[in-house]
Amino acid sequence: MNTKFSPGQVVRVRPDAHDGHHRTPWFIKGKMGRIHSVAGEFFNPESRAYGGDGLPKQPLYAVEFEQRDVWATEYRGPDSDTLVVDIYEHWLVKAN
Amino acid sequence: MSEDHGHDHAEIGPEDEHPGLQWDVSLSERAKRSLAMHELLIEKGVVTNEEVETASNNLRRRTPADGAKVVAKAWVDPEFKQRLLDDARAAVYELGYSLAHDAELSVVENTEDVHHVVVCTLCSCYPSSLLGPPPDWYKSFAYRQRTVIEPRSVMREFGLELSQDIQVRVVDSSADQRYLVLPERPAGTDGLTEEQLADLVTRDSMIGVTNPLSPEGAPIS
Amino acid sequence: MPGVHDRGGWPTDEMIDRSDHIWTDWEYKTHALVGALRFRELMNTDELRRGIEAIPSEDYEASSYYERWSRSLETILTEKGVLSTEEIDTKVKELEGRWESDS
Repeated sequence: MNTKFSPGQVVRVRPDAHDGHHRTPWFIKGKMGRIHSVAGEFFNPESRAYGGDGLPKQPLYAVEFEQRDVWATEYRGPDSDTLVVDIYEHWLVKAN
Repeated sequence: MSEDHGHDHAEIGPEDEHPGLQWDVSLSERAKRSLAMHELLIEKGVVTNEEVETASNNLRRRTPADGAKVVAKAWVDPEFKQRLLDDARAAVYELGYSLAHDAELSVVENTEDVHHVVVCTLCSCYPSSLLGPPPDWYKSFAYRQRTVIEPRSVMREFGLELSQDIQVRVVDSSADQRYLVLPERPAGTDGLTEEQLADLVTRDSMIGVTNPLSPEGAPIS
Repeated sequence: MPGVHDRGGWPTDEMIDRSDHIWTDWEYKTHALVGALRFRELMNTDELRRGIEAIPSEDYEASSYYERWSRSLETILTEKGVLSTEEIDTKVKELEGRWESDS
């Protein structure tokens, strides 16, 4: 499996709105996180949901975000709390 | 949706189906359309009655007791635990459990420093291959909305108050991985057998909203 | 604006209702049908989800879990030409007639 990112790397989730079916929750769009692990590669749901073949398969990553970065002051727990979301590779870009 | 749809599910309702039940209560239009689709698809041979029955039985096949066995095994066997964390699919297969073919399983470990809690904000992804279908609250709007932004107050509602020193890691199972929490083994359980340990592992502790029971059977907060 | 299903973090004061409902026959059948159709590769999870997400917001929020599944199932099956809306309408009438005479 060819993956663009590896564990520990800092990434940003693409901020794009997307009308069709997709699996990137709104609240992490545009946010920076860290690749925690690679889950494998899976059919692309954005094509499979409409009768497509879902190919090429997309690597899927568990990406970890700091709650503070996601919700700012709305988050009422300690700074160390985090949120892990599974995100397909084409939704991620390298963070600078 | 309780994804792992149709595979490896468990007992969730009346054991015997009452053929009369469907018109004892007034059915919603939607329910009627489901029953109509069911009959049409079988009549037309799109699916067989047997296939639907098999899927229905799969739905009742697993219960949280199955997940509890996996957890108890991990508590008594450190090598199994490592395999479970590294490759959950292969590890649970050793115990006779197979996963739905299109979803992977990831097991996340609670320790004295880190506590995991699982949610699916987009639908209701859940490790049904090991736990059976999710409870209604797991699929509720309140749980889906609140857990990612206020996990500590959600857990408090379930009776779990975590110290600020413990890192809370919320896991949103948004895609093709299902998550099972491996809770921390309760203190004072050294003398217990694997079977006795499994009795302490509740469904909710494998979702992460609670801890397992103490050896006295009380929830650990 | 996130879709109606994309609910993480939406503000609410609601407590979590921990009661479970008893599953009814049609709910089992709806779930099992999707399972059987998946087995036959006539439908997949992504399509089911897409059909659910396409339910207008007010209906999505007013529907029960399997009502949403059922609605998606109908969307996908009619879209693929496996069943037609008219066929389902006719079958509903037939079932109603049968239940009427049975009771």
